[in-house]
Formats: sequence, C-alpha cells, structure tokens
Amino acid sequence: MISTILILGGGQAGAQAVDSLRREGFAGRLVLIGDEPHLPYQRPPLSKQYLAGEMTEDRLFFRHQAYYDQHRVELKLGQRATRIDAAARQVSLSNGETLAYDRLMLCTGAKSRLLTCPGAELAGVHYLRGIGDVAAMRPGLKPGGRVVIIGGGYIGLETAATARKLGCAVTVLEMADRVMNRVVASSVSEYFAHEHRTQGIKIICNTRVVRLEGTQRVERVVCADGSAYEADLLVVGVGAVPNFELAAEAGLACENGITVDEYCRTSDAAIYAAGDCTHHPSLRFEMRVRLESVDNAFEQSKTAALNLLGRPTVHDRVPWFWSDQFDNKLLIVGLSSGFDQQVLRGDPAARSFSVCYLQGGELLAVEAINHPKDYVAARKLIAARARPNLDKLADPQRSLKEAV
Amino acid sequence: MPLIVFVERGGARREVPAPEGVTVMELARQHGIDGIVAQCGGACACATCHVYVAPQWLEKLEPREDMEEGMLENAWEPRANSRLSCQIHVAAALDGLEVTVPERQNLLEDDQ
Repeated sequence: MISTILILGGGQAGAQAVDSLRREGFAGRLVLIGDEPHLPYQRPPLSKQYLAGEMTEDRLFFRHQAYYDQHRVELKLGQRATRIDAAARQVSLSNGETLAYDRLMLCTGAKSRLLTCPGAELAGVHYLRGIGDVAAMRPGLKPGGRVVIIGGGYIGLETAATARKLGCAVTVLEMADRVMNRVVASSVSEYFAHEHRTQGIKIICNTRVVRLEGTQRVERVVCADGSAYEADLLVVGVGAVPNFELAAEAGLACENGITVDEYCRTSDAAIYAAGDCTHHPSLRFEMRVRLESVDNAFEQSKTAALNLLGRPTVHDRVPWFWSDQFDNKLLIVGLSSGFDQQVLRGDPAARSFSVCYLQGGELLAVEAINHPKDYVAARKLIAARARPNLDKLADPQRSLKEAV
Repeated sequence: MPLIVFVERGGARREVPAPEGVTVMELARQHGIDGIVAQCGGACACATCHVYVAPQWLEKLEPREDMEEGMLENAWEPRANSRLSCQIHVAAALDGLEVTVPERQNLLEDDQ
C-alpha cells in the first residue's frame, strides 16, 4: 500500500509528477520538496521572454497555489533535502524535518557547470538557471551595457539575443570552432552565427577564457591569446551537470546521473527518477543517454508516475529540443550521434531549411530551422525507423513525408 | 476582466476569468482544464495545446503564423477552426471567447 509519495525537485519533472500522480488517481499524501522559494515553474522563458521583461513571473508557474490546495499537494518550498535514508525510507530536509515515504521520486534536475578559471569567484559572474538568476542579471541589461557571454550554446545564444534586443552591446566567447557545436550541424552553427552577427552581436570562436579580472566585482574577461573584453554584465553558459549527489550518497547506482531503467526505476525498488538528473536507456537509439530537455522531463516523469503506481509502462520516446533566437526557431528531433550521412534540405539563405542525419540509411535526427513541417514529419519518420530515398530527401520541393 | 469559455471533453463548459495578456493555454493550465497538455509551455513547439475555436470568434483572432500553421500538422484532427491556444493572447475584445478541447492532443503522444 502506497500512502505517501515524496517528490524531490520542483522543476518540469517534479511538476509533471504531481500532475500525473493525481491524474492517475493517487489519493494519498503527496509532498513536493523544492529548493527554490517559488511555485514550480517553467525554465525555458528565463533566457527569452522572461529575461526580456515581456512576461510576468506568475506566467512562469505551471499551476497557481489553488491547484495544489485543491489537489492536496503539500509544497515544501525553499527547502533542500539533505539526506536520503533509503533503508529507513526517509528524507531529511534543511529545516531539520524528516519525512517518511513509501515511494520517492527524484526530479533533482541539473545545475549550471561552473567556471574554474582564476577570478571565477568574483561577484558579478552570472549563471542562468532560475528566477533568482534573472533578477540578479536585470540591472546589467541596460541599453548600451556591455554584456559578455562565455559559451555559445543554447543558453549563451538565447541570452545574447535577448540582451541584444534590450539594446546591450553583446560579445559571445566560444571555446570550440563554432557555436552550438555539440548539438547541431556546422551549417546550422554557421546560420545562427550569421543571424547573431547580423543583429550586431560579436561572436568569437576558438577562444579560451583564462581568467576574470576586477576589483570589487568582475570587470573584464581575459582570453588565452591575450585579448580582453570589458564587461558590465558577465553571463556564463558552459553546460550543466546533473544533481545526483544525494542519490549517490544514499547508495543508488549513479553514472553521469541517476541510473534508471526504461521503467524509470533506480537501483532501489522504492525510488524512481525522471528528468535531467537521470541516465537512462533510449530504446529507439539503443544507448544510454542523459538529456537536458523539457520533453524528456515531461515524458519520463509521466512514465515514472505510472510505474510508481504499479502500472508497468516503458519510457520509449524520440527526444526533441527547441531553441528560440531572435525570430528563428530551431527544432531538433532525434539523436544524431553515430550518423554516417548528413543531408541538407533547402537553402540556409532562405532562412528556412533542415539538416537530416542518417545511419545505414535510417533517419536518426533532423534539425529544422524555421521549418515546422519538416520537424513534424520527422518525428513520425524517426519513430518508425524510416529509410528515406536520398534523392527525394535532398529535394526541398518535396515534403519530408514524401521522401519515404 | 474578460471571461474565456472552455468546453472540456465530455461537453462540460467552464468559464474562466482571464487577465489581459496571458495566453489561453496559460489559463487552461493554471485552471486545470483537462486535455490541454502544453508540453513546451507556449513556445509554439509541440502542438499539445490545440483547441477548436467557436466559428464566430475566428475572425477576431490574429491569423495563424507560419510556425503555428506548420505545428498544427502535428495535432490530432486539425480543422479550419484549429488553433494552438498558446498563440491566443487574451484581450478585451475576446471577452466570451469559446474554445473546445479536442478528444486527443498530439498524434504521437499518449492521451493525458
């Protein structure tokens, strides 16, 4: 008999767990523990509309307080779990409280990877992960303000675009030879770098930050080649690392995240996990992955809730991702690792194109830039392990659907 | 404050007071309207907040943009009066807007 379920973490996966557990009929005690003081909220707008001041805070919340009251969900916000005692089935909180559980769901997410160079500890070094981070950045986002961004990934480029829209002078420093190098094809990197430069953003690749300088707070960024960039606001977006320390200390199997199976079970029968913190099997791609994505947090959490309630369900999804930069929407579906062929559909100069990845003739992934139709078609084709005709695939006049 | 009318699955009508500027999707989510999944949270990236707009209201809405048009191909049974509710911003002129939740959302998703 499951009478108490604890959810650790108030992000996308945690919020979805609440929703799914109640929707699926769990009527017992349901407690969500979140270390931020806010109601569970969505993070994607933090680098976009919310940062731009176009969206008020209450629009970030998945649900208002009334929903939690009505569904008898106990929220313990601003509380950190300090220890999981898996044998006693108890979680200790930072306020000294101890909570017993029958089932525990770990939705602990990921945290920003920190810079380690000299000066990284100076005041004014910002990371973008939560509502509080945006509040801290706001004063530096003034017209004419010099904004330096370390890292040309999703967070770096989305933040760059928003800062530019607010009138800042923006420089992006990227260590690799191109932006978003870990997640997109080089033609897509080139396209986005061009879009940012056209908007007046300086993008500098192949550059390694060696130290931050300043007296009271960070004032400039110094690179390996000796170049230096003065900064009124410094934002660091160099990736994220999963939060799995508590799980590891509790003796759960962990490897680059909390190890779960396709039923979202950890190595402890009473503990499930979902979202950015998990290292899990992708059945479609036949490998173990850790994904930082809204989609995965949402789907895995739904599946974990079903399994936790004793309804065996497999997490078997084709992952997808998106990014908004200026008026561009990048949609990615599938995982491209292991591809042996890349096919460009359309012309980047037309500002709408896509890149298809294949392995042994099978469609693995598609990056669609301002091209929702290719993205929509690709979701189905990738799930179905379709083998498109290459000539048809390369012909942008044909729809992607027709390529099979 | 404008009122937005949701017709839920099974035909129940719910009138929800709507502050101007929020989207119809956000209202649905905050008020727990069944069948509006809104996985992407309003980025026009997932087509899981699909609704049918009562015909008399269609021309009062801003027309669909290309992205929404393309995304609707991902929706379950799109019709001429289909919209993604994340793309409808509440305004005074929409007081009384009626939208119907489809039987399912995305073709590839489980029903929620």
